[in-house]
This record gives sequence, structure tokens and C-alpha cells, in this order.
Amino acid sequence: MLDVEKVRRDFPILARSVNDQPLVYLDSANTSQKPSKVVTAIRDHYLKHNANVARAMHTLGAEATGAYEGARSKIAAFVGAKTEEIIFTKNASEALNCAAYALSSRLSEGDEIVISVSEHHSNIVPWQMACERTGARLRWFDVDESGYPDVDSARAESLINERTKVVSVTAVSNVTGVHFPVAEIADWAHEYGAVMVVDGSQMVPHMAVDLGTVGADLFAFTGHKMLGPTGIGVLWGRYDLLESLPPFLGGGEMIEIVRMTGSTYASPPYRFEAGTPPIAQAVGLGAAVDYLTKIGMDTIAHHDQEITEYALGILGFIPHLRILGPTTGVRGSAISFTLADIHPHDVMQILDAHGVAVRGGHHCARPLHERFGVQASVRASSYLYTTKEEIDTLAAALMEALQFFRVPGVHHA
Amino acid sequence: MPDLSSLYQDIILDHYREKHHSGLREPYTVEVTHVNPSCGDELVLRLATNGSDVVDVSYESVGCSISQASTSVMTDLVITHDLAHALELHDGFKQMIEGQGKVELDEEVYEDAIAFSGVAQFPARVKCAMLGWSALRDAILRVQGNVDE
Repeated sequence: MLDVEKVRRDFPILARSVNDQPLVYLDSANTSQKPSKVVTAIRDHYLKHNANVARAMHTLGAEATGAYEGARSKIAAFVGAKTEEIIFTKNASEALNCAAYALSSRLSEGDEIVISVSEHHSNIVPWQMACERTGARLRWFDVDESGYPDVDSARAESLINERTKVVSVTAVSNVTGVHFPVAEIADWAHEYGAVMVVDGSQMVPHMAVDLGTVGADLFAFTGHKMLGPTGIGVLWGRYDLLESLPPFLGGGEMIEIVRMTGSTYASPPYRFEAGTPPIAQAVGLGAAVDYLTKIGMDTIAHHDQEITEYALGILGFIPHLRILGPTTGVRGSAISFTLADIHPHDVMQILDAHGVAVRGGHHCARPLHERFGVQASVRASSYLYTTKEEIDTLAAALMEALQFFRVPGVHHA
Repeated sequence: MPDLSSLYQDIILDHYREKHHSGLREPYTVEVTHVNPSCGDELVLRLATNGSDVVDVSYESVGCSISQASTSVMTDLVITHDLAHALELHDGFKQMIEGQGKVELDEEVYEDAIAFSGVAQFPARVKCAMLGWSALRDAILRVQGNVDE
């Protein structure tokens, strides 16, 4: 059992008020809040150990390098990977762009890339750009009314076939919370020798991950959704694959020898880390991983599931509320919905007046909203610090929104 | 709790529930599409002009109450007026909306649009209130041969 009240004391921001109401932070799928330990780790790094990594040979340089590489090891252990397979990026978007750019070297006209309609824009646009560069064709899995990928139909139409060179899907949808059958899709992709890329941005913060069993060849996630700072993300790759890929960005420390006539490149992961990396951010992410590990990812997953089930139950009682995604079973903690015909921006505004922070819009997943026939939605997303009382506050504020916009059949207070 | 009624004034909610001049009509001189990518609001706006006056503004939009109501109010203010006046109204409205409460509109000139003064206190909603006005400005500039930006 997670002691939520104890956890909450580690997050000073949760004690503040918003618009004279206690803050109810339900936007963790957007970015998570940060425990004091993460902030302290970043502060200590800057105040006591700051220097550049790798190229600074003095004592502080060694300390900074040790801290940066130590963070890499911690993160590797956290997701069941080898240290040298962890590439630090700016965020998940950059990780996916790195994957798409490096894999473009293997693509040509007639090749196919397969994604899903449920992807975040960061797992759509880089592949569209790869197609523009190489002449490859983009195809995608459709989803059913609950947001599950329609694998049967995809098999019937041979969505993945001998022309497929890359398959890239999310592990957990940031809109519907659907867990994608990544291992099944990966097996199918591997039958044809395609590279399997997985967007783990909504997975890694919420459950134990063993990259040895996910089925991915490349796997992206971001630090700021898992209690870490902004400005740090990860691209993991199987080492033999990384070794065979060209660099994404060129610059300092990604090289072996630079001559004016041409250069050779460093081995992974450094080949993909041009320039001074986000050092303090890596240290902060290392501290976040320590914090998550101490609580236990299974404990967090259990808490997430409990809060999500509770929220789905309560939201089910609110009139004119339509949930986009599954309402039962194991699913992610992001719950997207529409409320009557009130625009999500307006719902968000009423909720904000009650201190409740949610996201209103298409959550960087416009194609999925189009697929569901809605323009936008409201998304409430919880995490390890979310309480049932906060879900009650959300529900009460949603009822207020119905009354404020005078939705028929809802009594005016 | 902030005063939601300062943002959602009755005039705004009235326009939101019953939009003026809504729907796409023929004939028109130019059609523009504007979006607010952060929330997904989308507006298709048609301007019909005889070269000097706004003969008609028709539109089809999906969006929040602020963007819908603001577009509705805008059509009331510009239809039958000359293009230069419409651009002046745009500029004044923009100054007010981005003025964080420091700029006041003349009620004689702006009529229902003064109800949006509360929006100036909500920076996240400024884009919503400007969507229709920005589309109108774009349409006028296109007609005049100066494609914006």
C-alpha cells in the first residue's frame, strides 16, 4: 500500500493553493510534479559539483562526469537495460526524431513505416518527415471505439509486410490510457525484419519496465513525466542496432577523429549525444529514479490502477460525460472525456477556478480525436500523489461546469 | 475562486448560445482558415466585399465559448462598415485583449465586444478571443493584396 499522505509531503507544490482553493493537480500525463529530493539533487550538482562532462579533466570535471554517467547507469537499471544503450536526449520527441532520422538511412522509395492513429504527434510527425526525405510510405493501425488497435483488421490487410522497415507505436496512449499489445506487434514486425520502435513516455512513469521483454528495438521516454526535470529524455536501443546507425546531430563529443576532409564517429551512446548534454537534468532524473525505486514501481502501478478505477467509477455518474477509451480493466491513468457540448477549454477554465488543473485540447493527438469524431477533450491524469478526495473535487467541479453552462437536465444550484 | 462571471459575462454566453451571422454563405470574395493549435479550435471565415465595405462575414467554427462569442460579436461590428474601419476595430480590440486590463474600449464603438474585457485577465484565453478577429484581418489583407506574414 502506498502512503499517499507521506508521498505528498515530498512534493511541496501540492500544498499550495490555486485561485484560493487547494491545488488538485490532475495533469501528470502532461508533466509530473517534482519531489524535493530531485530539486535538491539538481541544486547540489550546480552548487557543489558543476563542470562540463568528459572534456573537463580536473576534479570537478571528474565529479560531474561521474554524476552524469552514474545517472545513466541508474536509468539503465531502472528499465532493465545496459548502461551503454541509454542515450540522453532533450525529451521523448527528440528521442523519436533521433530514431526516425537514423533509421531514414535504411529507407527508400517503396518502403513502408507503420504507426497507429493513436500516436502522440511526436510519434507521427518525425515519421512523416522521414517519408518526405526518403520516399517511404506511412501506414497506420486503426483503433476501435475504445481506442484499442485493431490488430485483426491490420492482419487481414497485411498492414505489416515485406515492405515494412519500421513499426513505431506507443506503449500506453496518452489520451485513452490503452495499453498497446506491443509484444504482439513487435513479433509481427520482427517476422519481416522491421525495426520496432516504442514510445514509452506514458509507460515508464507508471509501471516496472524490463526492456528485455517489451519487444522494442528502440524505445523512447522522457524525464519530466516521471518526477524528473524538463530537458532530459532517453532513447534506448539494442546495442548492435545502435552501432549500425548513423548519428542524428553532429558536434562535440560525438566524434572519434575530426579531419577537415571527414570525421569518424564515437561509439554509442556518445555517437548520439552531440554537444554539452543536459548534465544537471540527467542528475535530476537519476534522483527521480532513486525516488521511484524506493517506493517501488509495482506499488505505484497498484496505486495508479486504484485511483483510475475510482475515477472511472465516479465520472460514470456525471451526466453528459463521455469517456474516450476503456472504462474497465487495466489501463493507463490518463482519462480523457467530453462533457456535453461544453468546449474543453471552457471546462478547464471552470475546473481551474476550483483549483483543479486538467488539460483541455487534443493532447498532441489530433488524429485520434478526429477518429473519435470529437474536436478536443478534457484530460484528467493522476499519479502516485493523487488522492480519492481529489477525484471527488474533480467530479464536483464538473457538475458545477454543467450548471454554469446550463446544460439541459442538470439542475441549477 | 476568481470571478468566473468577469470572464464569462452574460453577453458572451448569449452570443455563444446564439451565434450571429453563423454559417458559410455565397457569394464571397475570400475564404480563410485559422486554427488555434493548442486547443484545436478551427475557423473557416468568408469575407464578401465590394472593394471598400464589408458586405458580409460568414463562418463555420468549432471552438470554445470565448472564440465563438468573439467571432459572433465581431461580425455584428464589421458587417456594412468599411474595410479600414474593420481593421481599426481589430487593432483596438487586440490592444485591449493583450493589455492585461490596462486598456479600455469605448462602449459606443465596441458595443458587445467590451464584454471581453475580462478575458484580458486570462492570458491563456487571449488567443481564443482573437481567433475570429485575426481571421477577419487576414481576409481583408488578402483582398487588399497584402497577404499577412
